[in-house]
Amino acid sequence: MRFLLDPEHRAFAASLDAMLTAADTPGTAREWGRGEHARGRALWARIADAGVFALAVPEAYEGLGPRPVDLAVAFVELGRHAVPGPLVETVTAAALLREPGPAKRLLPALASGASMATVAYEDASSEEGAFALDGDAADVRLSVTPAGLRLAPGYDGVRPSLDPARRLARLSAGGELLSVGPPAPRALLTARLATAAQALGVGLALLERTVAYVGRRTQFGVPVGSFQAVKHRLADTRIALEFARPLVLGAAVTMAPADVAAAKASACEAAYGAARTALQAHGAIGYTAEYDLSLWLTKARALRTAWGTPDECRAAVLAARARPVSR
Amino acid sequence: MDLTLTREEEAFREEARAWLAAHVPRTALPSLETAEGFAAHRAWEAELAADRWSVVNWPARYGGRDAGLVRWLLFEEEYWAADAPGRVGQNGIGLLAPTLLAHGTEEQRARVLPPMATGEVVWAQAWSEPEAGSDLASLRSRAVRAEGGWLLSGQKTWSSRAAFADRAFGLFRSDPTAPKPHQGLLYVMFGLRAPGVTVRPVGRLDGEPTFAELFLDEVFVPDEDVIGEPGDGWRIAMSTAADERGLTLRSPGRFLAAADRLHALWRAKGGPPETAGRVADALIGARAYQLFTYAAAARTRAGERLGPESSMNKVFWSELDIALHETALDLLGARGEAADTAWARRYVFALAGPIYAGTNEIQRDIVAERLLGLPKGRR
Repeated sequence: MRFLLDPEHRAFAASLDAMLTAADTPGTAREWGRGEHARGRALWARIADAGVFALAVPEAYEGLGPRPVDLAVAFVELGRHAVPGPLVETVTAAALLREPGPAKRLLPALASGASMATVAYEDASSEEGAFALDGDAADVRLSVTPAGLRLAPGYDGVRPSLDPARRLARLSAGGELLSVGPPAPRALLTARLATAAQALGVGLALLERTVAYVGRRTQFGVPVGSFQAVKHRLADTRIALEFARPLVLGAAVTMAPADVAAAKASACEAAYGAARTALQAHGAIGYTAEYDLSLWLTKARALRTAWGTPDECRAAVLAARARPVSR
Repeated sequence: MDLTLTREEEAFREEARAWLAAHVPRTALPSLETAEGFAAHRAWEAELAADRWSVVNWPARYGGRDAGLVRWLLFEEEYWAADAPGRVGQNGIGLLAPTLLAHGTEEQRARVLPPMATGEVVWAQAWSEPEAGSDLASLRSRAVRAEGGWLLSGQKTWSSRAAFADRAFGLFRSDPTAPKPHQGLLYVMFGLRAPGVTVRPVGRLDGEPTFAELFLDEVFVPDEDVIGEPGDGWRIAMSTAADERGLTLRSPGRFLAAADRLHALWRAKGGPPETAGRVADALIGARAYQLFTYAAAARTRAGERLGPESSMNKVFWSELDIALHETALDLLGARGEAADTAWARRYVFALAGPIYAGTNEIQRDIVAERLLGLPKGRR
């Protein structure tokens, strides 16, 4: 056992970080939220060129995967830079498309970045139908119901999310039946893992930006960050994120349902806590839409309930532990 | 990135599990915080040591197995899962031993470590003083040069195990003229039955008496019992403190076992939905701490030193411990109040976690200043 990121993982993260830092992702995210997708698509192509989507696609369909650890490493960076678009949904679609016909037809374009996918995941508890993220931007719209996996023919309008960079759509009923028994539970694990990693990245960005802010913002003649009340809240934020990180990476290694659910719950709680702390420590400027912090603040809230609320994930942890497990 | 055990690690785990299954006492030993329990636990240390299970990560020549941190963690997981007794030798094993291995002389290691491994000599920590707790560097107990050694005088307090332990290790001010409070300190080992030592047990919140204050009146210690150079005590002690908070004080096995017990209790109560989230959080927290510690062990093995990130561990496990035991007592309802149950005893023990080994406020300051780079300010 050697529970430590390999040098290749760290180099991969560093190269994504450098590319995204240079790419003005905040500006791209703002345009995306207005329904202007050109820069977002260009960024998407570069992320695909770096190999990110190929990590979710099997080699048989022109991918490199599935490689959950690499995927988790990548999604932390995508979250740190507030990259917009149906990122989680695209890798989830790759996990859903397992029938050879549809897989051969749709997966190579997902791996290469030529197309992006979204997924509406209707489980038994859905009352009014699930939203598909960025249904207007996606080329491949998948609808998962207990009856199977369909390629939706379109979508019904776009609703805003409380995260301005996320746009929600309901997929039209009907469409081509791709599979009667898609690997929905396995795909849900991919979705939860990618969301957890993205949330961890969002939380890390919130903490990083807040630490920088309280280091330069002064009140009463000293930096706000020298007050113990502020320091302790930021220390707790760091601790929550640093203990979510090994859960995310560990879940990527095992892909056990309880591990993935634990990672999702704790990364999303940590990121949400980071958002609350970031807003409080920034004061009123953090409450403005103009200031870039808002991109991460609202995303932390949205990711918290995407692909399983913290309580649903906790229930999954307990359910998996109902049987004795060996450690 | 790998969580599969090697064949050797798997074999080690199996060997530990089998040994524990054959040796762990069927009925719990009396509390190690009493004279009777202390003796019983000392005998348990000897039993562990006889088959070299008391200090698996130490070098073999001092009674260990050269097992390394990962196998130590596996042993600890098996140890606590087997509900084996608490470790009366822990202060010495977890704090003094790493210090001696890093800073002691070979003569000191050969003399001190083997009887520590067998429980023949049990050690108490003598760091805190009435005016020096969180502000440890302000301590005032003195060490004055004497022929062939030093004379210790002053008062130490909150010394865990000191009521029944044999020897203690601690810091004393050897150079009162040093310009800064953390300079001019001596790190020294001394006997708790030596002439000039008075031990006064202090009842703790749980009523147990092994906690003690120590009064020292010109207690002689020979030079051979000084660790490192006189004046260098602070640096030596702090390197041990990082180890204490970082890895060796509370292994994840303890929390994994406790979370499993909590989950079993919850299920036995019919799985009440209102506590489900808290039970899940205990399982998640224990898993997080396990994986965090595996990562720390891997970093240590790769040659990195555990620095201020150790402070994150200490805050995390101490709060996890309290939350987990609070949930158990709440599940037990009014019966949870009864003080003679294992859950109640462990709850009261957990309450001390955020206080000892450096309060959590101090740990948060360390995280904020040394990991996040925030400016120092008034405490």
